[in-house]
Amino acid sequence: MALVNIDQVHKYYGDLHVLKGVDLKINAGEVVSIIGRSGSGKSTLLRCMNGLEAYQEGAIIVDNKEVSSDEKQVRLLARSVGMVFQSFNLFPHLTVGENIMLAPKLVLKLSSKEARELALDKLTKVGLAEKIDEYPDCLSGGQQQRVAIARALAMSPKVLLCDEITSALDPELVGEVLRVLEQLAADGMTLILVTHEMNFARDVGDRVVFMHQGKVWESGPAKAVFAQPSTPELQSFISAVL
Amino acid sequence: MLNFSDLLPYSHLLLQGLWVTVVLTLYATLGGVAIGTACAAGRHYGGKALRGVIGGYVELIRNTPFIVQLFFIFFGLPAIGIKLTAWEAGLLAMLINLGAYSTEIIRAGLAATPKAQVEAARVLGLNPRQVFFRVVLIPAFEKIYPALTSQCIIVMLGSAVVSQISVMDLTYAANLIQSRNFRSFEAYLVVAAIYLLFAILMRQVFEWIGRRVFRHRRKAS
Repeated sequence: MALVNIDQVHKYYGDLHVLKGVDLKINAGEVVSIIGRSGSGKSTLLRCMNGLEAYQEGAIIVDNKEVSSDEKQVRLLARSVGMVFQSFNLFPHLTVGENIMLAPKLVLKLSSKEARELALDKLTKVGLAEKIDEYPDCLSGGQQQRVAIARALAMSPKVLLCDEITSALDPELVGEVLRVLEQLAADGMTLILVTHEMNFARDVGDRVVFMHQGKVWESGPAKAVFAQPSTPELQSFISAVL
Repeated sequence: MLNFSDLLPYSHLLLQGLWVTVVLTLYATLGGVAIGTACAAGRHYGGKALRGVIGGYVELIRNTPFIVQLFFIFFGLPAIGIKLTAWEAGLLAMLINLGAYSTEIIRAGLAATPKAQVEAARVLGLNPRQVFFRVVLIPAFEKIYPALTSQCIIVMLGSAVVSQISVMDLTYAANLIQSRNFRSFEAYLVVAAIYLLFAILMRQVFEWIGRRVFRHRRKAS
C-alpha cells in the first residue's frame, strides 16, 4: 500500500466545492510537487492530509491511519506526518532549541538531555547548530524556515508536507531552504510540496501534480510533465509561470 | 499650621493598614488574573452556554460600581445565609472585579495569537491543554501585559473602598487617625503618597517579572 492514499476526496466550504473528487497515491521516498493556480485547491488538499482541514467525502489514509480532523486523530497523525508552513510559525517565546524540543519532550516523552541531543542533530542537518540558544526574532526568514523544518523532522515523520514554504522569503533566502529540501530528498524523505518553485519541482521532484478547478488535472514524472504538458490548461499555466 | 509630627503616634496604624492593603492586593492580583485567564479561555474556546455565562459575569461587573458590589457581598449576602468577615468580603469583591476586567484583557491577547501558531503546535502532536499553556498563553500575556499591569494597579487603588466596610486597610487608618487628631490634610496627604509609592513599586515589580517571563524581547533588542 502506498504511504499516502487519497481516494475520491471532496471538500466543501459551505456551498463552495473546493476539492472535486481527488485521487492521488504517493509512495514512500517520493518527492511530489503540487502545482496550480491559486484557488485550485492545492493547499487545501495538503491540509486535508494531516487533518488540519476536514473533508466531507472520500478517504485519505496516510501510513495506514485514516485521516480525519478529529482532535485525537490529528495528534496520532502527527507521529507520521510533519508539516512546514509558509509563515514559519516558530513559537516566538521559545529559543530555537526549545522550539524543536517541545514536541519530543511533551509528546514522545524524551528527557531534556535526549531532546536537546535530538534538536542539535536536526539543527546540524539544516546547518544551524550554532543557533540553538537564539530566539526566532534574531534569525533571518530563511533561517527560521530551516528551524521549522528541523522542528518537524524531530518528530521523525514518514512524510513531510511543505505548504509554499519559500513564498514568504526574500528571493536571496529561497536557495538555502531549497538546498535543505534537496538534501532531505536525497536522504529518502517523502516530500509533498505545494510550491511555486517550478525549477525545483522539475529538477528535484520525482512527480508533478497539476491541480485545476479542484481536481488533479494532470500528473506524471516531473521532467516529462514540464517538457510535454498534455492539457491546454497546464500548457498555459507553465508558459505563464516559467 | 501643618503638623505632620501629630501623625507619628499613629504610625503603627499606617503600617498595619499598609500591610492589609498589600496582602489584599497580592491575593486579589494572583487570584483575579487566574480567574481572568480561566474565563478568557472559556470565552475564547468554550461552547455557546459557557461563553454566555462568562459574558454575563463580565458585563455585570464592568457595568456596576465597585462599592455597590462590595456592599452587596458584605451587607446583602448575609440575607441568604452567606456571612463573610469584612476582610473576606473585601477580598472577594476585589477578586471578582479584577477577574471580570482581566477576562476581557486576556481574551484580547488570546485572540491576537495567530491561529497558525496553534496549527503548528497541533501538527506536532500537542494536545489542546499543551497548546494552550505552552504555545498560546505566554505570547498572549506578552501582548496585553501593560494593560494587565495597569488594571492590577487600578484594583489596588480601588481597594481603598474596602475601608467603607471597616476593613482596616491604609485608607481606614487615615480615617481613624484624622478622626482622633483632626489632622485630615496631613493624614490623607501621607496616605496618598504611600499609595503613589506602592503603585510605582507595583509597576516595577510587574516589569521585573515581565523581563524574566518574556525573555526573547530582551535578547532580540
